[in-house]
Amino acid sequence: MLTERTLEKLRILAESAKYDVSCSSSGTVRGGKKGMVGNTVGGVGICHSFADDGRCISLLKVMLTNHCMFDCAYCVNRRSNDINRATLSVSEIETITMEFYRRNYIEGLFLSSGVVRNPDYTMERLTAIVRDLRLIHRFNGYIHLKAIPGASQELLNEAGRYADRMSVNIEIPKEESLKMLAPEKDHRSVFQPMNLIQQGVLENKEDRKHYRHVPRFVPAGQSTQMIVGATKDSDRDILNMSSMLYGQPSMRRVYYSGYVSVNTFDSRLPVLKQPPLVRENRLYQADWLLRFYHFKVDEIVDDLHPNLDLEIDPKLAWALRHPEAFPVDINTADYEMLLRVPGLGAKSAWLIVNSRRFNRLTTFDLKKMGVVMKKAKYFITCHELGASNLQPLLGINELTPERLRPLLVSKAEQKLAAKEAQLSLEFDPLPAPLKGGE
Amino acid sequence: MTCYSFDNTLDGLLTAVFEAFALHEQPEMLLSEGDPVPLFCDRLYAVPTDTEKAGRVWKGLEKRLPKNVVKMLAVSFLSEMHELNNPLFQYICKVFRQPEGIEGIERNFADPDILAVTNIARKVNHEQHRMKQFIRFQKAKDGTYLAVISPDHNVLPLVIDHFADRFNDQPWLIYDAKRHYGFYYDGTGEPVRITFADESSVTFNLANGRLNDEVLSDDDQLLQDLWRTYFKAICIRERLNPRKQLQDMPRRYRKYLTELY
Repeated sequence: MLTERTLEKLRILAESAKYDVSCSSSGTVRGGKKGMVGNTVGGVGICHSFADDGRCISLLKVMLTNHCMFDCAYCVNRRSNDINRATLSVSEIETITMEFYRRNYIEGLFLSSGVVRNPDYTMERLTAIVRDLRLIHRFNGYIHLKAIPGASQELLNEAGRYADRMSVNIEIPKEESLKMLAPEKDHRSVFQPMNLIQQGVLENKEDRKHYRHVPRFVPAGQSTQMIVGATKDSDRDILNMSSMLYGQPSMRRVYYSGYVSVNTFDSRLPVLKQPPLVRENRLYQADWLLRFYHFKVDEIVDDLHPNLDLEIDPKLAWALRHPEAFPVDINTADYEMLLRVPGLGAKSAWLIVNSRRFNRLTTFDLKKMGVVMKKAKYFITCHELGASNLQPLLGINELTPERLRPLLVSKAEQKLAAKEAQLSLEFDPLPAPLKGGE
Repeated sequence: MTCYSFDNTLDGLLTAVFEAFALHEQPEMLLSEGDPVPLFCDRLYAVPTDTEKAGRVWKGLEKRLPKNVVKMLAVSFLSEMHELNNPLFQYICKVFRQPEGIEGIERNFADPDILAVTNIARKVNHEQHRMKQFIRFQKAKDGTYLAVISPDHNVLPLVIDHFADRFNDQPWLIYDAKRHYGFYYDGTGEPVRITFADESSVTFNLANGRLNDEVLSDDDQLLQDLWRTYFKAICIRERLNPRKQLQDMPRRYRKYLTELY
């Protein structure tokens, strides 16, 4: 049963789990069933609360145990780290999940664990919890389960029948960097469970074509995460990896996690006063461009620009590099081209495409619809009175990209970007043996 | 200038539309009861609400508009916003006045009335989503789960289906303290609308939504503590961002949130 001691264990294990940023509870719609508790909603997931760091709390994100046999440098739970260790009992996790869910605190459970004894042993215990939740507690809400690299296919297959989403974290985009920080791991060990899950999803899809009542396997697909700023990998490496992953049919989300200095004693890692939040934000913007705005990786980053511009968002950066694509005529341009205009999002583009069937749109109309013109006005032409040959008065081609850029960067953004660029300059890791004597 | 006035119900508004077409006139303004009459109003007609006429207008809307748009109109009315009346009235008139063969008037967002109604409906939808996020139940000794809300718009009817689907095996009560009504679900049947004859005698505090200690179930206090502990532990202190937190969790919803007591 739950006691005061549970309180302390939950605190320790939540603190150990919090660096895993995945939070979504969407991707699968499953209505409530008689005799079961809960449902899952699709579309925009439900975030039940927001912590002081502004990140949403949607799932009960907790580890079964933070004991771990590995010693990965970037991880707070590494073997050699001196932190409080705890293990929640199976019944404690189940009771907390059910009771939290019934009070509408959470959308479901996000369960992870340090690796104890061997991967199969750990995975078996994780699987036992999700099995109990589904079969004994009749829990019908969302379950996100970490797959333990090295666990057997049978265990992953069983876990996948109960979980909505499974994930394995890549953490470091380049294998040589990973080898440096976590000598016991390699990319193969991450991709192997990923492929097993994918195989399960595809087989399940095929089965469901033949038999209507086959239970679904990992219906919300997979996700993964990469740490940003712990190694010298460029944004190009990261985004290439993301784009490769999105090419797989079962991969739904790649998360980016700005590195928080959790292990200051390790000389292989940078000592950051503050996590690289601006860079993380730019990476998410680039991720959105890949997924919703029909961009390709080599349009966002290339040989000349291997890293994203910290001062301006990646779409604006693309636009400034390609003045020849503008101005875009709001009243005739394709939806795809509207999406490429800085400042126009999917919602604005949708509003424009719908409304222009009735009358030609003017800047005034756009403003009323709520289109943000601050950036867009330099890249578009509208239907203005008698201005067909004058317009745009001041567009990107009249101003030239070099003069336009300073107009669109605010002082605050500049300051933030400069501060962070400073941080990454300080980070120049020497090979470990050289620094060892300090 | 001709003005109509109606009794602040959706049926009243729909009757006003019916009358406007029956009398072959287009009132410039729709007032709600008790509004000051504008200076230049030369004819004020207080429309008597008639459910049959309203029903005919609604049927006509269902024939002319896609299902989701008709629902959107109903949702917008739940906003209880005074500034909705005129645009909604004009919107409905425009639907009936558009010539045969032209469809999709509901997507002309360059039209101020259509834009206004759509935006208000969006606000209401946003708030119903917030209710799904921020409703917090407490368990009473008899096993009933209670939550109190006081949303800006009358969104409770929009979220009842969600909670009935999700918590179909536990009895619960969600009470709107601002509008003095709630929905009770007994764990089996359908949620029913309830009101209290005497609000002062209820066993919970309407101001902060907390159950009185003597009716709170035994383990609820520990679970609340667990939730508060978890809420504090999950935050990464190196990334504090109170602005973002405030944006996503505005102050007006905080008084009922267990984690922020």
